[in-house]
Amino acid sequence: MTQTTIDPSSPTAPADVLVRASGVSLSFGNVQALKDVDVELRRGEVTAIVGDNGAGKSTLVRCICGVHTPDSGTIELDGSQVSFKTPEEARRAGIETVHQNLALVEDLTVWQNLFLNRELTRGVGPLRLLDRRAMKREAQRMVSGLSVNVPEVTSKVRRLSGGQRQAVSICRAAGFSSGLVIMDEPTAALGVQETARVEELILRLKSEGHAVLLISHNFAQVMRLSDQVWVMRAGRCVAGRRTAETTGEEIVALIPGAQAA
Amino acid sequence: MTTVTHAASPTDESTQPSPPTTGWRTRLKDPGSWAEWAAPLGFLVMVLIFQSLNTTFLSLGNIEAMLAAAAILIVLATGQTFTVATGGIDLAVASTMTFSAIIFGTVFAAGAPVGVAMLASVAAGTGFGLVQGLFIGRGRITDFIVTLGGFSVASGLALVVSDGQPTTIIDRFLLRFATGSVWIIGYPVLVAVLVAVLAHVVLFHTRFGTHVLAAGGSEEAATATGISVARVKTAVYTISGSCAGIAGVLLVARIGADEPAANTQFLLNCVAAVVLGGVALVGGRATIVGPFFGALLLTGLTNGLTLVGVSQYYQPVAVGCVVVAAAFLSRYQK
Repeated sequence: MTQTTIDPSSPTAPADVLVRASGVSLSFGNVQALKDVDVELRRGEVTAIVGDNGAGKSTLVRCICGVHTPDSGTIELDGSQVSFKTPEEARRAGIETVHQNLALVEDLTVWQNLFLNRELTRGVGPLRLLDRRAMKREAQRMVSGLSVNVPEVTSKVRRLSGGQRQAVSICRAAGFSSGLVIMDEPTAALGVQETARVEELILRLKSEGHAVLLISHNFAQVMRLSDQVWVMRAGRCVAGRRTAETTGEEIVALIPGAQAA
Repeated sequence: MTTVTHAASPTDESTQPSPPTTGWRTRLKDPGSWAEWAAPLGFLVMVLIFQSLNTTFLSLGNIEAMLAAAAILIVLATGQTFTVATGGIDLAVASTMTFSAIIFGTVFAAGAPVGVAMLASVAAGTGFGLVQGLFIGRGRITDFIVTLGGFSVASGLALVVSDGQPTTIIDRFLLRFATGSVWIIGYPVLVAVLVAVLAHVVLFHTRFGTHVLAAGGSEEAATATGISVARVKTAVYTISGSCAGIAGVLLVARIGADEPAANTQFLLNCVAAVVLGGVALVGGRATIVGPFFGALLLTGLTNGLTLVGVSQYYQPVAVGCVVVAAAFLSRYQK
């Protein structure tokens, strides 16, 4: 299953491990948020992390994307150990996060948001001016493939619907990620149709070879989208299942710990 | 192997439609853009009214006088726009200007060439703005409190340095700068226009400008994308201070002396010009053109009321009403 080279044009090629967290522990004062957690995320796969509120899902994700640094344990990216001090470092290493609040500026346009803090410039030295035209063109190309209909890249985010905003945020993460896209409850605030479109988008990221890490409370969604499910309970990763080899009932049962891992 | 979405299909660029721009028709239907254009429109209405009441309003001489009177306000409002764009406010602009003017006079009186005195004035304003910015950005103290304190400190420092006495500045270069003009546009007005044009370029054509609007629009989103909001805030108060320093030079040039007066009307008018210009007080939305016309509108209003014989006691009342009306319009800005 672990193979170092895959053909990106073929989504059915065997996936290999992009991120491996082993023995990750983290405590905040007396509260041990993570205890000896081992998880793997593979390229070209959607990996879901499920668990009750406070099980440590978000804390684990924050360790991977550089918000928290684990007390012990290692995180490997692409086979080499990494230790991100800031989310910026993780971003530079190709790990993008779609935040639950989407991190969009409503008063800026779609293209400005897509390139926020990664603006393209032209000119020399300190006299660098924005290359607005290039950014609009690139932005147009980034959103044109979305199944979610984004009106115009020059429209302000304020005018977009919830699903469109989600799409822009995912698009930004996907456009700049070279490896992993982390999504925290990407469809929590969306209607049925918009959820379906965002799910299509997630599957497309996967088929393009991204590793997608999905946090979701929606088990039907987890079963639909994911290839691998990790179950967390009270700061521990208690089970890992291939989605194809498990059932929603089993996952649900694993969460409160009714079924032995 | 991974594929970056926007580079996934490099060949089909020609088949993509070019990004469409928002048409004026859609803008016309949107009350928000009316608020954005409140200052230019109000300006036009004001010109028509005053011109019909008194034909000297649009005489070349009066236009020249109005522009000259507006120059300082334009510079202050331009600086203020940056702080308001981040959702803050600089209540110390006018007293920073006074302080800078006093530094100008003091350095000049000490025997320095006028150019050095001008630079000292701008440097003083910039330095004062930087200190305020550090307190607000790094120290995380509310802008309102810091600049209210700064307002008092700068006024006080102006009195301390000048010992409460004005200094008359007699210099041929300064006189030529103050009185010279290209047609009806005085050199100080040219300086103000230059400042405004530079500010426009910075706000809309640099990464920094985008980060200012992002920090004002959503501090959370800005931080999440790695923008240092503390640095942006420090910078905008420094810019406001620099503009106050430039305004200090223009003030000295205009009255031929430095005076440790409070100049509070400049503070009110420059905030008014920014609000009139459609800049959202909550931050995130700003133009430079708007406050520019806002400053012209306020100056024209004062001038026009005087021309048609309204007592100058009514002028603050008129300015206040116009500003509240503009703020009311901006409620529809969405």
